[in-house]
Amino acid sequence: MSRRSCLKALGAAGCTVLSVGAGKAHAARNFSGWPDRFGMLVDLTECVGCRGCEAACNRANGLPAPEVPFDEKSVFEEKRRPTASAFTVVNRYSPKDGPRGPVYRKVQCNHCNEPGCASACPVRAYTKTPEGAVLYDKELCFGCRYCMVACPFYAPAYDYGSALDPRIEKCTFCHERVKAGGIPACAEACPVEAVRFGRRKDLITLARERIRKHPGRYVDRVFGEHEVGGTGWLYLSGVPFEQVDFPTDLPDKPLVEQTKGFLSAVPLVLVLWPAVLGLCYSAKRYKEEER
Amino acid sequence: MGMPLAEYVRTLVTPLNVLAAAILAYGIPMIVIRFTGGLSAVTHASNEYPWSILLGWGLFSGVPLSATGYVMATAVYIFGFKKYHPLVRLGVLTGFMGYLFAVIYLLIDIGRPWRIYYPMAVSYGPTSVLFLVAWHVALYLTVQLLEFSPAILEWLHSRRVRRWAILITVAMTIAGVILSTLHQSALGAMFLLAPGKVHPLWYSALMPVFFFVSSIYAGLAMVIAVSTVLARYLRDRADRQYLETLDPLTVGLGKGACVVLFVYFALKWIGVAHDDHWGLLATRPGAWFLAELLLFVLAPAIVLTLGVKRQSARIVRAGAFWALAGVILNRLNVSLIMFNWNLPGHFHQIVPPMREAGIVLAVATIHIILFRWIVNRMPVLREHPDYPDHG
Repeated sequence: MSRRSCLKALGAAGCTVLSVGAGKAHAARNFSGWPDRFGMLVDLTECVGCRGCEAACNRANGLPAPEVPFDEKSVFEEKRRPTASAFTVVNRYSPKDGPRGPVYRKVQCNHCNEPGCASACPVRAYTKTPEGAVLYDKELCFGCRYCMVACPFYAPAYDYGSALDPRIEKCTFCHERVKAGGIPACAEACPVEAVRFGRRKDLITLARERIRKHPGRYVDRVFGEHEVGGTGWLYLSGVPFEQVDFPTDLPDKPLVEQTKGFLSAVPLVLVLWPAVLGLCYSAKRYKEEER
Repeated sequence: MGMPLAEYVRTLVTPLNVLAAAILAYGIPMIVIRFTGGLSAVTHASNEYPWSILLGWGLFSGVPLSATGYVMATAVYIFGFKKYHPLVRLGVLTGFMGYLFAVIYLLIDIGRPWRIYYPMAVSYGPTSVLFLVAWHVALYLTVQLLEFSPAILEWLHSRRVRRWAILITVAMTIAGVILSTLHQSALGAMFLLAPGKVHPLWYSALMPVFFFVSSIYAGLAMVIAVSTVLARYLRDRADRQYLETLDPLTVGLGKGACVVLFVYFALKWIGVAHDDHWGLLATRPGAWFLAELLLFVLAPAIVLTLGVKRQSARIVRAGAFWALAGVILNRLNVSLIMFNWNLPGHFHQIVPPMREAGIVLAVATIHIILFRWIVNRMPVLREHPDYPDHG
């Protein structure tokens, strides 16, 4: 967050604040997010594919009724992604290295520690709250959809069918409920506690504990612990993550790091180019005068 | 016009005008449908593919092809290549119009176009590369309008204001280079945020450099292309100096473009080496990468070399058109063809539906019509008799 505000200072006030901004960036180097932020732990080995979380999410967010009811299993025949009217979906897999029977994976916004969507947004419509939710403000959005390009999890969805009032729709981590002391609807609805709400750091401890206790049951990895700088949602799986469509080619650094080098070169170009080009121009004038 | 209306209307019925009318008759209603039924009524509208050909062509290809203004103004006013003076205004006009229409494609694509100024006035997102692009395109559009203003002012016979406009030429040129360096490269930097989506052979930390360097030869090649087309179709709007110097100047521009193409070719290999992606070259995307690089960068570079060696404007023109095709291919590869390359159903997504293609063609047609309208009236290919030695 402070890195972002530092860059904001750079952009808004120009080169004069360059030194101040650099100082802030230095101080923010070890910023690792809001310490007590919440997260979720999804245990793929527990999930039974009942789609109760989908139904609960639909109710909690007042979304339109789905085309096929939530107890319909035929939806598993294709791989779905969140849409503007379904913030979470469950997919079914039959991985080759898997245990007997299918593996289910719930998909929604992962609420990154340093979200790519937020660093993509040219109008700062995204906020990472201290509670852990990544929230979107439709009042600022002009619909460029760069956040969707930047999200490595394809989480933000857009209501393409709306001509003049389109907006991004995605999981809100049930922010209002959490702020009021509740827990997100999907976690509350899960009959087998495959989706578990808690402080992110406690969930990591819990996940590690489970892996240690049941080494045969889990692959030795907590997805989301480090990916793109860490995500609020964490996953345990009994099969290699790539076999259940997790993107496993992501850098461990937050996505904003990918563009930081470029953005920090911007003030340099602003300052150096006029000098260099001015020099070229004077050299040209000098030669003309000599002639 | 001095002729009866019926006769004038009859002169408008030319094959090209009929084609333009047909395109507009189909495309303009599609734009209306976009603003009544939403993007899903005209595009594939996918959450996995937020950007389609509207931006892949209109913004990501349109902006490098509009590098003409900064390339020509820098060559003439900063580096002192004075003999290219007859092509500066054309370069600036091509650039200005290119940016204007890039914004128009954008306005059709974005959700709430009336909020387009939000990054400039309402809420700042300076960690966003798109924030930088928005600012620079807006500023550069203004700069190019100022750069082109002498031509407009000559057309309007506004001698005094024109003198002011001429005075700021060098300052505007320098501003133009800064803004262009930054936003041409920023268009590449935008995709740095999508490391898992752009194919690794195209995804590179050097993307901003690739986009900037290729914009230089794109600008030079575009000046060759546009000046050629105009010398053919609007010959009566050009003065003798323009027509007589065009061939040698074309060869000169070709020489510049050729050098930059070879530099770009080398840089692309540095990109592969930097990420150690040699192994990927043996895959199917690798073959496509090699096709882009050998057939659309190296091949036009060789044609241009040949043209320059033989001092043949004809060969140089062929090389320039070829190089432009290569730039468009590269931008489409990064923004569309090799974006989400490993998703199922990818091919369907990258081929635009008829309705969207109709919108793109309609906007491009309006672009050409407006361009022709300006060149027909303002001193672009000629010096205004009242203002010799224009700015």
